[in-house]
Amino acid sequence: MLDLAVETLRPKSATEVVGLVAEAGAAGRALEIVGGGTKRRVGGGAGGDALLSLAGLSKVIDYAPEELVLTAQAGVKLSVLEKLVAAEGQMLPFEPPHLVKLLGAKGQPTLGGTLAANLSGPRRIRAGAARDHFLGFEAVTGRGELVKAGGRVVKNVTGYDLCKLMAGSWGTLAVLTEVTIKVLPAPRTELTILLFGLDDRQAGEAMTLALNAPAEVSGAAHLPPAAAGRPPLKGELAVTAIRLEGFAASVAARAESLVTALRAFGRAELIDAEHSREFWAQVREVQAFQKDARPLWRISVPPAAGWRVAEALGGEAFYDWGGGLVWLLSQAEPAALRAAVRELGGHATLYRGEGSAFEPLEGPLARLTARVKAAFDPGGVLNPGRTMGA
Amino acid sequence: MPAPDPALLAKKAQIVRALQRLVPGEGVVGDPAGLVPFQSDGLSAYRQTPLAVVLPETTAQVSAVLAWCQENGVKVVPRGAGTSLSGGALPLQDGVVLGMAKFNRILEVDYANRCAVVQPGVTNLAITGAVEADGFYYAPDPSSQVACTIGGNVAENSGGVHCLKYGLTTNNLLGCEIVLMSGEVVRLGGKGFDAAGYDLLGVVTGSEGLLGVVTEVTVRLLTKPQTARAMLLGFGSVEAAGATVGDVIAAGVIPAGLEMMDRPAILAAEAFVGAGYPTDAEALLIVELDGPEAECAELSAQVAELARARGATTVRTSESEAERLAFWAGRKAAFPAVGRISPDYYCMDGTIPRRQLPHVLTQITQMGLEYGLGVANVFHAGDGNLHPLILYDADKPGQLEAAEAFGADILKLCVAVGGVLTGEHGVGVEKRDLMGEMFNETDLACQQRVKCAFDPDLLLNPGKVFPRLHRCAELGRVHVHRGAVAFPELPRF
Repeated sequence: MLDLAVETLRPKSATEVVGLVAEAGAAGRALEIVGGGTKRRVGGGAGGDALLSLAGLSKVIDYAPEELVLTAQAGVKLSVLEKLVAAEGQMLPFEPPHLVKLLGAKGQPTLGGTLAANLSGPRRIRAGAARDHFLGFEAVTGRGELVKAGGRVVKNVTGYDLCKLMAGSWGTLAVLTEVTIKVLPAPRTELTILLFGLDDRQAGEAMTLALNAPAEVSGAAHLPPAAAGRPPLKGELAVTAIRLEGFAASVAARAESLVTALRAFGRAELIDAEHSREFWAQVREVQAFQKDARPLWRISVPPAAGWRVAEALGGEAFYDWGGGLVWLLSQAEPAALRAAVRELGGHATLYRGEGSAFEPLEGPLARLTARVKAAFDPGGVLNPGRTMGA
Repeated sequence: MPAPDPALLAKKAQIVRALQRLVPGEGVVGDPAGLVPFQSDGLSAYRQTPLAVVLPETTAQVSAVLAWCQENGVKVVPRGAGTSLSGGALPLQDGVVLGMAKFNRILEVDYANRCAVVQPGVTNLAITGAVEADGFYYAPDPSSQVACTIGGNVAENSGGVHCLKYGLTTNNLLGCEIVLMSGEVVRLGGKGFDAAGYDLLGVVTGSEGLLGVVTEVTVRLLTKPQTARAMLLGFGSVEAAGATVGDVIAAGVIPAGLEMMDRPAILAAEAFVGAGYPTDAEALLIVELDGPEAECAELSAQVAELARARGATTVRTSESEAERLAFWAGRKAAFPAVGRISPDYYCMDGTIPRRQLPHVLTQITQMGLEYGLGVANVFHAGDGNLHPLILYDADKPGQLEAAEAFGADILKLCVAVGGVLTGEHGVGVEKRDLMGEMFNETDLACQQRVKCAFDPDLLLNPGKVFPRLHRCAELGRVHVHRGAVAFPELPRF
């Protein structure tokens, strides 16, 4: 739910968003931009003198399954889109996590919020991130100008690819009002290969072996014993999971060769499509870490270095993206944690806990980042509490 | 192009000497004969001799050259292999060409992280060449892949026939090092996913050399599929071929490649390479399926059935690797094949919603009649990226102009039916003046402010992409409320 303490602006159109942003800019007021408001707490909040809710811009504008393209207003709920595309046998390829429970939030995430946070699920390793499926947009910059970029077709290199800049900008550059994304046919079936009792390093090696085989692995996750022992799995052993998706004959053939290739890692168990879907929904939502008071970090590192994160930092880890994404419950001092992660070639974002969420940047990159921010939002009208590294 | 600055032209000797101090040895070309090879890129209708060419070998030299040029107000045009089809590397009379050809080393292959770190002058195909023995490859495969460099691919966000399934350059990069016009060196991304801060890697990719000079690239490597099969599907009409493409995708099949050729393109290709294409067909689809043998077998049977249901007159599936390559030979040679039937051709590049294909092809044929010029169409049918090849003769007065006007009309049509000006070749100088068809002044100003954040003096590759150059100060005006600007610590320009 949105704060009742501050005023909430609820525009019904992009034109109204233009007016509200321009007005705020002229009055020297800052706005916190929210879709469903489910990620408000990340980094201790986005700040602002008023909330600007995109919930009133929730229409699907065009969905042409045969073109693999969907255009909608930014405030459309993810769950609505997921149902819509599923009815056509399609999917949002980047498997967006909702993270509502993980973040202790209520309500439902929107497409705009998901793109603004560039949130991608387990399939990221194969299909790419939210940013890879973000084709075009209309948005209101901090200058109060309505701009469009990209297009409504799947292939386009006309002008700068500002979609990439919007993805992961957490609403600090512009307020997305309308977006176009690429969709894909949903896999006909899936199965998951489970390995048990591996330590983090062995699991890393098993995932690398699977990802380097011609098996088109679409998910590779590892739950160490502590994470696997929590609900919902409540297992006794660490679980390492490899997902295969596609046409039945292909999935079966790939599973057979992969199980053979993974023999050195012990007994493999195959779980069917229904259980596989359940399992990966838990991975996507980081279900094992939903109930814990410790700060939660989302750490991106080169996949082969994933297992070193917990080794270097302690705390409790959960690995996705073949080791490239580490969710870490840790009470380590933030600066020390970030330094250790940088040492491994990655960066850390604080998803749950007090303090700045984003990796601080330095030198020319920090200055360039500040100039990019100023290009879109020179007055600091949008999400003033979120500083993207500079 | 921006009018040359006579003061800079007059200082040519000084500029060459200064650059020679920064890049000693054979690193600077200033003599008229030596400059000739750099006059144009793949869009050879445009030519311009630059002031000088500098060929650095290290990031430090690139940094020193750019910093010196910025300090002295000298414009810089970065260049890879010079294969751009939109004039991205077209020199400026009063500018320096920064050639990156000497950055030709593969620095690291990291299979554990499925990536390679390479210098920008490495050719696209050489990356795959370095890793294919180990079962890996780099996916984007522009037709010029034997010559084009990865640095140029980053600048243009290049595609290729396999990008339907595997994405464009932007989807296959993990990181890069760039040098800003100020000489500052910035690393974007690395070997992990989704770098910290804004996705500047994503913005630099496809920025056509306007934002920074790429000095190192980290690319994703993919595992080679176990098998690949190609299919030739001939149809009596473009509509039937187009409908089959829709049916294939509706059946949940995303082929590795899905190409269409119209009758003039089929005939030209067949006459050139004898690939066995059906010369009675009005439209030909080439469908490539890859993955495990079981998948290729199942899907090729399914695609064949869908094609027959739409009345396909030819349905052939490759039975061997040699046959698969033969099926592709005609398509890959389509441009030179068209070059045999016409003294000159002009390759266009627009994207349309696929359902608009029959309408757009009919219109293009009609326009060809009106302009009195022939046209052959090859088409990345899976993603709607159209490549009409306009046939003309540069020796006949007025034909080049007619071909350019015809091309502009095609691109306007692409935009009018809901598509875009360029699918994979970039805007460059070629489509610069058409940007207004897609974007209004506010949209373009927003893009140009990004340019200002990277290159406030507009010295890097000016005259490309944007129809009008605005001074950054003019774009950067900020509304000031009661004399106070919020966030005074933020830099402004």
